Amino acid sequence: MPQMGESIAEGTVSKWLKQAGDTVERDEPILEISTDKVDAEIPAPSAGILVEVMVDEGQTVEVGTVVALIDPEGIASIDTKPEETQKPNLPSGPEEVPELKDPVTPSLVATQSSDVGQSAEERLRSRSTPVVRKIAAEHGIDLADVVGSGHAGRVTKQDIVAFMESSGVTGSDADASGISAAPARDSIQIQSETSSFWDFFYKEVQHPEYPVRPADQVEGMDKMRRLTAEHMVVAKRVAPHVHSFIEIDFSVIDRIRTLSRSRWEAQNARVSYTAFVAWAVSRVLRDFPMVNSAVSGNNVIYRGNVNLGMAVDLDPGLIVPVVHDADHLGLVGIGNKIVDLAGRARARKLMPDEIQGATFTITNPGVLGTVVGLPVIPKGTSAILGIGSIEKRVVVVTDQQTETDVVAIRKRSLFSLGYDHRIVDGADAARFLSALKEMLESFPEDA
Amino acid sequence: MNAPGRSFTVRELGVIDYSEALELQAHLISQRREATIPDTILLLEHPHVITLGSSSNYEHVLLDESELEKRGIKLFEVGRGGDVTYHGPGQLVVYPILDLKPDRKDLHRYLRDLEDVLIKVARSFGVQANRDPSGTGVFTELGKLGAIGVRVSSGWITSHGIALNVSTKLDFFETIIPCGIRDRGVSSLERELGVPVCMAEVKECMADSFRQVFSS
Repeated sequence: MPQMGESIAEGTVSKWLKQAGDTVERDEPILEISTDKVDAEIPAPSAGILVEVMVDEGQTVEVGTVVALIDPEGIASIDTKPEETQKPNLPSGPEEVPELKDPVTPSLVATQSSDVGQSAEERLRSRSTPVVRKIAAEHGIDLADVVGSGHAGRVTKQDIVAFMESSGVTGSDADASGISAAPARDSIQIQSETSSFWDFFYKEVQHPEYPVRPADQVEGMDKMRRLTAEHMVVAKRVAPHVHSFIEIDFSVIDRIRTLSRSRWEAQNARVSYTAFVAWAVSRVLRDFPMVNSAVSGNNVIYRGNVNLGMAVDLDPGLIVPVVHDADHLGLVGIGNKIVDLAGRARARKLMPDEIQGATFTITNPGVLGTVVGLPVIPKGTSAILGIGSIEKRVVVVTDQQTETDVVAIRKRSLFSLGYDHRIVDGADAARFLSALKEMLESFPEDA
Repeated sequence: MNAPGRSFTVRELGVIDYSEALELQAHLISQRREATIPDTILLLEHPHVITLGSSSNYEHVLLDESELEKRGIKLFEVGRGGDVTYHGPGQLVVYPILDLKPDRKDLHRYLRDLEDVLIKVARSFGVQANRDPSGTGVFTELGKLGAIGVRVSSGWITSHGIALNVSTKLDFFETIIPCGIRDRGVSSLERELGVPVCMAEVKECMADSFRQVFSS
């Protein structure tokens, strides 16, 4: 089920225009979906033979669900696409169809975006309530075994109770034995099937539940909050975080800002401190590939692009739009892009592509006065830079003419780099931060 | 991004049969897909007709076929989103044939934009219309003023669209449960204002509002 809009979480298959066994051309409509007040035709992402239709007409499924398989081999002799021969994760055979965000470009090159590609576990969880999950966990029941009778196949409490009764797990039995039985079952599974443990470890996030007190108010997390929560848990669980700090002097940047102000105003350009930092980061990253990388299995993916994620506070909520190929943009270009993305992020008008593909992230806790932050590294990347508050400080500098130390007032900021120690060592981080400091403190006037 | 200012061809079709309008839309969709025509907006009125969208429930049509025939109301099942609705004289129907690819590959955004257009048109006649969390469309205190039902064809080409009650005889809505919403009435610009409204002016205003909303 392709993503047909930022706020669209599911779609109903209203009609199959092609059946299993049919040959389909690329971009030829293969099914119709309806969502809300819209009917939409979904084109084939690639040519091939439709080998399997996996969702019936009338069924509602979430974005990211595989609805059909197209076998490109069926016509490989006519239409051989290079990218189809080097899929990393799929056996040669049926190709997953429609791909998530962009039906045309195969997106198996792992995206690190948070709102697509729900795993089977995530889907299962969204098909049940916390109560049901709790019962399932307590009694060692795999929710995949339970037939759901609720909306969109949700497993209701009645369903799971009926399942327990029919499979001989009664409430009282379970109460008596459940606590010891469930962990035992888990550990056997882990021993016999190590891979499922890692699946669980890397993907499944279950937040512990707490008793509610009388004066409390309980609200479900909205989608953004839930995705952020899950993302953060996995990011921290997987990457060993280390943070290093450096102090940056903004005197040179301030001078450039003052000199260029009238010119930028005439161009209607908006060049914030963050824009300077983003420009400098995008240039320095070229010399530090490990800081612009991702650990993937036993490999390291060194990213070929510099795509800067820029954390935006939505108050409430957090979203990270991406300045793609920032190293190809000039200072003004980056500045305008950041203003544009942040504005549309707050207006909830970002396109799906614009929150995907970050290779490095910048967050700016300093704008709210924080001296320094210890940011979490977004999963699928190796580092994040935190900009602390930029403020006037009393510092000791050496007067270049008299070579004496004097007390001066300088605009400065503490930067923090959070990095994944699996791939970035402390010395790498220090060299990166030093290079960034040098770039910012002797900022080129023609950037 | 810097959305290029869209330019529209606006075609006024007067009163046109529903089936004829369907054929015309199909034709324009393929032309738009091949980029042989620019974004096009059709402004028209239909003779009495009840249409059922893909999420329609036949129970929301309250008359049987013979009764519909007696009243001269035709019934169509169509490939647009939404439930059952009524079109007829005095209702301005707008079918935008747009390519959403350049700047609007987002169905919800498109729906919100269409609502914006309706709200702007209503406002320029001094009528305060609003969105309602209960569903797509725009509403006043008195009821639903404008309805939305959309289709997006392969290549992000839109068809179907919006229906704004200008001077619609609202009792025709009693033959259906519009959009399956029982507890809200329907309204028209004329009902809101208590004076006759000139359809030509509404059309002009509609075209303007489209330009404004879709150039941003």
